Amino acid sequence: MAYKPELLATARSLEELERLIAAGADAFVIGEARYGMRLSGEFSQDMIVQAVEIAKPKGVRIYASLNNLMDNETADCLDDYVASLAEAGVDAIVFGDPAVLMAARQHAPGIALHWNAEMTSTNFVTAEYWGRRGASRFVLARELNMEQVIETAASTALETQVQVHGMTNIYHSKRSLVDSYMEHQSETDRLPRKDKDRGLYVMEAERQDERYPIYEDANGTHIMSSDDICMVENLHELMEAGVTSLKIEGIMKPIEYNEIVVRAYRNAIDAYTADPDDYSFQEEWLEAIQQVQDPNRELSYGFFYKEQVY
Amino acid sequence: MTTTDKVAPRYQGKRHRLDKPELLAPAGNLEKLKFAIHYGADAVYIGGQKYGLRSNADNFSFEEMKEGVEFANRYGAKVFVATNIYAHNEDVEGLEDYLRSLQEAGISAIIAADPAIIETAQRVAPKLEVHLSTQQSTLNWQAVQFWKEEGLPRVVLARETSFKDIAEIKKHVDIEIEAFIHGAMCSSFSGRCVLSNHFTDRDSNRGGCSQSCRWKYDLFVDDMPLYPEDEDKFTMGSKDLCMIEYLPELIEVGVDSFKIEGRMKSIHYVATVVNVYRQAIDAYFADPEHFELKREWVEEINKAANRPLNTGFFLDVPGAEDHIYEPEEKAAPYDFAGVVLEYDAKSGFATVQQRNHFKLGQEIEFVGPQGTFFKQTITEITDAEGASLEAARHPLQHIRIRTLKPVKPMDMMRKKIGKK
Repeated sequence: MAYKPELLATARSLEELERLIAAGADAFVIGEARYGMRLSGEFSQDMIVQAVEIAKPKGVRIYASLNNLMDNETADCLDDYVASLAEAGVDAIVFGDPAVLMAARQHAPGIALHWNAEMTSTNFVTAEYWGRRGASRFVLARELNMEQVIETAASTALETQVQVHGMTNIYHSKRSLVDSYMEHQSETDRLPRKDKDRGLYVMEAERQDERYPIYEDANGTHIMSSDDICMVENLHELMEAGVTSLKIEGIMKPIEYNEIVVRAYRNAIDAYTADPDDYSFQEEWLEAIQQVQDPNRELSYGFFYKEQVY
Repeated sequence: MTTTDKVAPRYQGKRHRLDKPELLAPAGNLEKLKFAIHYGADAVYIGGQKYGLRSNADNFSFEEMKEGVEFANRYGAKVFVATNIYAHNEDVEGLEDYLRSLQEAGISAIIAADPAIIETAQRVAPKLEVHLSTQQSTLNWQAVQFWKEEGLPRVVLARETSFKDIAEIKKHVDIEIEAFIHGAMCSSFSGRCVLSNHFTDRDSNRGGCSQSCRWKYDLFVDDMPLYPEDEDKFTMGSKDLCMIEYLPELIEVGVDSFKIEGRMKSIHYVATVVNVYRQAIDAYFADPEHFELKREWVEEINKAANRPLNTGFFLDVPGAEDHIYEPEEKAAPYDFAGVVLEYDAKSGFATVQQRNHFKLGQEIEFVGPQGTFFKQTITEITDAEGASLEAARHPLQHIRIRTLKPVKPMDMMRKKIGKK
């Protein structure tokens, strides 16, 4: 079968889901914050059912995000939750915690499982480990470089998923750190909202150009990257490597922005799959994104071409 | 009610659950290993040359590991090796040989987070126990059950677990639970922080952490800094964990191994902290009904403290009081000054290896295992040849010092600072 990568997106609402389907997304990761990690929007079980009803007739897949770090109380609810997701007809469950694996084996047998522990999903041997325990897809850490991504895609029988656009989480604490700070300043009333739409960010003295978004939710405090990955120029490298799924992370972005980004990547993927040998990157795809890009957030290559030490 | 009557057979019959919880200490090098064990640790964890999360620590060669294991064996103690990185593809090569060498060196267990390392160890070095690292952020009993079924005899829980969570886990799964009870903490979920990668191009999950969580930041709201320059800045930096005041609760909830953090810390820190928890655990088991926290334990802990202390997540999620917004002050006015090498009862002089400047007239104290302790003033010091000195100025110099009471090798000497 000819290679055709999946273009995976996120959605904050059913409206965004429909608009991004129209823009060319093949699949979506959605869910609710109790079980999922850093979701663009909140999808109740009813909304997940509706999302499947919208997506399925169009051949679009819905993946439910369950890769939160779960306490006992949440884990105790997993059996019912995974069963309801299977019944809703989601195409896969995204997990990081083995508790989800245990629940899915019992209560959603046969459902596809995508392993995504975010920054700790770093090598193909571990991917294979989760593969032997039921995972069908390995979501690669965003801190890997291109060489590692290519090698991983070549070395594992699992599907591979790589984020090609958008922001990434760089720090997750269970603590409510903004709240604690405001309490320390004796001004808890001054900042009643600390959610991801509030536009809070932190800046470090020696890095005045970098704005790191920060927000709080039921899962604690999240700090996000100051740049947005944008791999549209070099997408062919990932497609040549045979990466199964290319993800656009739409968290904390307007729908209009995500529409344009999805369209750009749709164009690139379609051009590549139509004729891989004759494929060439079109400047206009990137320009469309640049026009809507927040000038305070650099479009970057993430860690794809970066040397890291330790 | 107490764990003294817990004699349930170990999972897979590998070993029997310890009556007392294990006191597990960090050891950044061979000397620290010896002090940790001498002061009462039941086990120590160390780092080797690869696969550990402290790439800046001294770390052990296989030869040093063997020497460490021999030393530990004399005390009936165990040596664990932290292999707790999240490996990248290129780290996988050489892993098998490395794990086999650990087994040959007599290491009892590895502490691992990455299944690539866990599974390889189980395959090529079956005599090594595999303990699941806190880097896996294990918070619920179902996940613990999973790792038990995978053949792991022990799980180090996420630092985010509370007493209530631990009780729930112990209720459902018969497995050894290890918990951090003392030391510095990631304020993030361990492993779920790549600040270093973004700020300094250093890979935190492979040992490159540059402690960016302890830096100071401006918090911006509506594109303006919320506070002016002279106000306390935003930070994620946490106070250090200290659970000495909740020792009975830790024992009774069934924590099997009490872990002290700090492979980068000094021998003085490790020995002091171990010494206190050793005494407290022994005192509890000698008479649980009448156990009382001793004031001197808390004082000793404070003498080693680098930062203000708190109780982490055991009681509640940390709040405003649990982070360090203001400039840090040293908790106690004492500095490590020397290590006793030998004592001559006839002359009443001890030979001390200098670890910090000290001089005549200074107030000092000697501390040894089991809480032996006395204070004195420095009345007479000489060099190794017996020539009188005013002060001990040279690092590692052997200094003879007249002591008020007999001391023993590996006792520690502290000096009071701040006053003349």
